Amino acid sequence: MKFKGKVWKFKDDVNTDEIIPARYLNTIDPKELGAHCMEDIDSEFSKKISRGDIIVAGRNFGCGSSREHAQISIKGAGISCVIAESFARIFLRNSINMGLAILEIKDINGIKEGDYLEVDLASGSVVNLTEHKEYKAKSLPKFIQEIIKSGGLLKWIGKGGINAKRAKP
Amino acid sequence: MAYTITEKILLAHSDKKSIAPGDFIYAKIDLALGNDITAPIAIQEFEALGVKKVFDRRKIALVPDHFTPAKDRKSAEQAKILQRFARKHKIVNYFEIGRVGVEHALLPEIGLVGPGDLIIGSDSHTCTYGALGAFSTGIGSTDLAAGFINGCVWLKIPETIKFVYNGKLKPWVGGKDLILHTIGDIGVDGALYMAMEFTGEIIRALSMDDRFSMCNMAIEAGGKSGIIEPDEITRKYIKSEGRKVKGVFYNSDKGAKYHKVIEYDVNKIEPQVSAPHLPSNSGPVSRFKKIEIDQSVIGSCTNGRISDLRVAAKILKGKKVSSRVRLIIIPATQRIYSQAIKEGLAGIFLKAGGVFSTPSCGPCLGGHLGILASGEKAIATTNRNFRGRMGHPDSEVYLSNPAVAAASAIKGRIAHPEEV
Repeated sequence: MKFKGKVWKFKDDVNTDEIIPARYLNTIDPKELGAHCMEDIDSEFSKKISRGDIIVAGRNFGCGSSREHAQISIKGAGISCVIAESFARIFLRNSINMGLAILEIKDINGIKEGDYLEVDLASGSVVNLTEHKEYKAKSLPKFIQEIIKSGGLLKWIGKGGINAKRAKP
Repeated sequence: MAYTITEKILLAHSDKKSIAPGDFIYAKIDLALGNDITAPIAIQEFEALGVKKVFDRRKIALVPDHFTPAKDRKSAEQAKILQRFARKHKIVNYFEIGRVGVEHALLPEIGLVGPGDLIIGSDSHTCTYGALGAFSTGIGSTDLAAGFINGCVWLKIPETIKFVYNGKLKPWVGGKDLILHTIGDIGVDGALYMAMEFTGEIIRALSMDDRFSMCNMAIEAGGKSGIIEPDEITRKYIKSEGRKVKGVFYNSDKGAKYHKVIEYDVNKIEPQVSAPHLPSNSGPVSRFKKIEIDQSVIGSCTNGRISDLRVAAKILKGKKVSSRVRLIIIPATQRIYSQAIKEGLAGIFLKAGGVFSTPSCGPCLGGHLGILASGEKAIATTNRNFRGRMGHPDSEVYLSNPAVAAASAIKGRIAHPEEV
């Protein structure tokens, strides 16, 4: 999977209440959740971005709640990929399970808001087309790649992951 | 091989002969929990896959606690999804309004979780049950749907940080203060992906309610789980008030490997307050005495238990809430609500000029029952003070223990319990 898009930069510790405020959790509609994405940081965010754009953030992106509304909102807004120095653990697993592309790179300081990136999920390569620089993301464990390749956790289970890997009761 | 308690529980639930941090396992779960925010997505995914049966109707808990009693039509529709699913699959542990409570107070109270269990919940504060010596962790709705189907979850074996608390606690200092102090020390990602094992002479003497408060907030340091080795206090809890939990009592081996060991001398720890907008902005209450407040909230899965209400009542007895403050007290479960009435605590709250509400997560996540307007400040016994968490993005939340929240309600500003 490859993505190309404009960068929107965020700070460290962006939390799930900022990604999608709890007042909108009474729905699971991607369009509606997407329209309020990042609203409490930037009320115009969902209007400013274009389909395929990329979020680049610092440490601990997605800390807070276990709500998958966060992933639905980011995908619903049209973001193709989130790159951060690290992800909060539930956000990380939800993204894998729901097929939201995420990549960890060590240092995001060389990437500015408005830069254009080309991301190759399989190889973990992140190319800054504006600055002509390449970054290498941490590769994910095989086990996880298998889930992503299947298109998410439930599709993986549907494909027989359930039988192959089921722990004995 | 020497293991931590966390490694032992995970090993016992896997099909491996040995494990080490970093290994991935596909583990068998003892309980899968969902609420009215996250379970609707899981149920939708479950049904989209065309699965006919849940893995075990006794090992699923559906707790509509966040936006209930339904705060609006959309919330009512979400709660209805849980109710319909529970009926269709004859889910034993579905709780209707009037029997429900805040999930992380409710499940231990009714004996649905116990030592040695592996519990997943699509709520980040599922880490609470580590207080009983269980491995429990927050996961997403997709994980929950998968759990409903086959009773399994994929997990990476976490490294563990050991936190050792020694010394003597000052008056009005409890589990909430210890955990706020700890998060302030290590930061909101200080235990990212890791298990937080709390130990030391202070922990061994700590009540179950205080242990729940501590493990509840492990996630606020980025932790995968919080855990305390079960002991006689645990044993007494799981056998009292009608609970009949068996449980397996694990403990950490002597030579177990830790990512880090952090020791605290608690003698110096004052009641803590965490300033906006991160739980890690903690410091002694004395630093915040100039902050005037508009609202004080006592409740939530962190501090809505009976001992929290008793402490609040001790401070509020015979006193009046400041004319500038709204005091909102929310018992976490129906049993706590009823106990508070029986013990006369409810009467004390009402006489002081506070509100005593039906169990709900309520304002903790800005849902309902006490939302903040722009520019307003609240002190709350809840777990998060992120921007906009309790309402308007320009409102502020200060976190504290129940004694500080009660004292602050009387004074109209953040106050030490000794001031009233």
